Amino acid sequence: MKTLEQTTEEILGLAALHFKVPREQLSAGDDFYRKLKIDSLQALDLLTRLEHHFGIELPDYEVQGVTDFRTLATRIQARL
Amino acid sequence: MTHHQGKTLSWEIKDGALELALHHPPANEIGTAMLAELEMFVRALAKAESNCSAVIIHSRQPAGFSAGADLRELYTQARPLTPAKRTAGVRKFLKRIHSVLNALDASPLTTIAAVHGVVFGGGFELALACDLIVADKMARFCFPELRLGLVPGFGGIPRLKRDVGNAVVRDLLFTGRSINAAKALAVGLVSQTAGEGEALRVARATAAQISKFDRDTSAAAKRFLKPIPREELRHEIDIFCVLFARPAVMESLRKFVEDKGAHPYLP
Repeated sequence: MKTLEQTTEEILGLAALHFKVPREQLSAGDDFYRKLKIDSLQALDLLTRLEHHFGIELPDYEVQGVTDFRTLATRIQARL
Repeated sequence: MTHHQGKTLSWEIKDGALELALHHPPANEIGTAMLAELEMFVRALAKAESNCSAVIIHSRQPAGFSAGADLRELYTQARPLTPAKRTAGVRKFLKRIHSVLNALDASPLTTIAAVHGVVFGGGFELALACDLIVADKMARFCFPELRLGLVPGFGGIPRLKRDVGNAVVRDLLFTGRSINAAKALAVGLVSQTAGEGEALRVARATAAQISKFDRDTSAAAKRFLKPIPREELRHEIDIFCVLFARPAVMESLRKFVEDKGAHPYLP
């Protein structure tokens, strides 16, 4: 079972890699819409990549209103 | 017409398959312009029956296959009208799009939707009218209409019911959530998944295999396997129009259209 810290770290690594942002510029409390400069369609792309990476289903209503990586990690953690 | 280069879509015959490419930015929203060209495509489809085996529908837009109905156009056109005229206008549009999708659904050719990215609302309904869906692993499927106080209007519920079980139909409709390609494959909505950017290639390989078989036999099998739920489709238009007449729907459309935030595609 992954810890919340491990899950958060994997999300940050995946987001940095896919959206081409240096990993060191991302932290758990960041607003990922602003930091990654993404819109809602790209957020869905991120959601799909996270579902593939963690092997989970994450209904989009569960991430409604979620804008920071840490909260996103808690939602994913609950599905692992 | 064996090829057409249009404003919102184009088609050509390639290796025995009629390939329809959607290219209406930003995300192939289906409004009056695309509908008019889809009607032209349906006429070309009838003429292609003698020299093609398959139809492939795909998108050239990076955002995906289609984000569905053009809600901005719908709102802009409906806003100045009386409620009765709004409903009459939307009914006319729905009858036209149903005619297109029914023709595609009934075509004796085997039809394949090669989808990626967003496959939402009317875009999902276009894919459901096809015989097979080949999905890029990054595709997402969604019926967001209930968020607006509506039901899908392009034949979505009857065709979804035809293809998958009640648990999936109700989950998609009542929650408005999106599902990824792996889930869509698991529930039987999608025939094959492909790697990123590979759905069209996989669809072409599938079309090539289909072309090896006798067309009349394939058409007979299709009529047997895939009856068109015409009565339910007509009923869906009626339900949509009743819901559309409510002031709350115009208010939901206004909020969607005026939303400048980054979240309009999330519930």
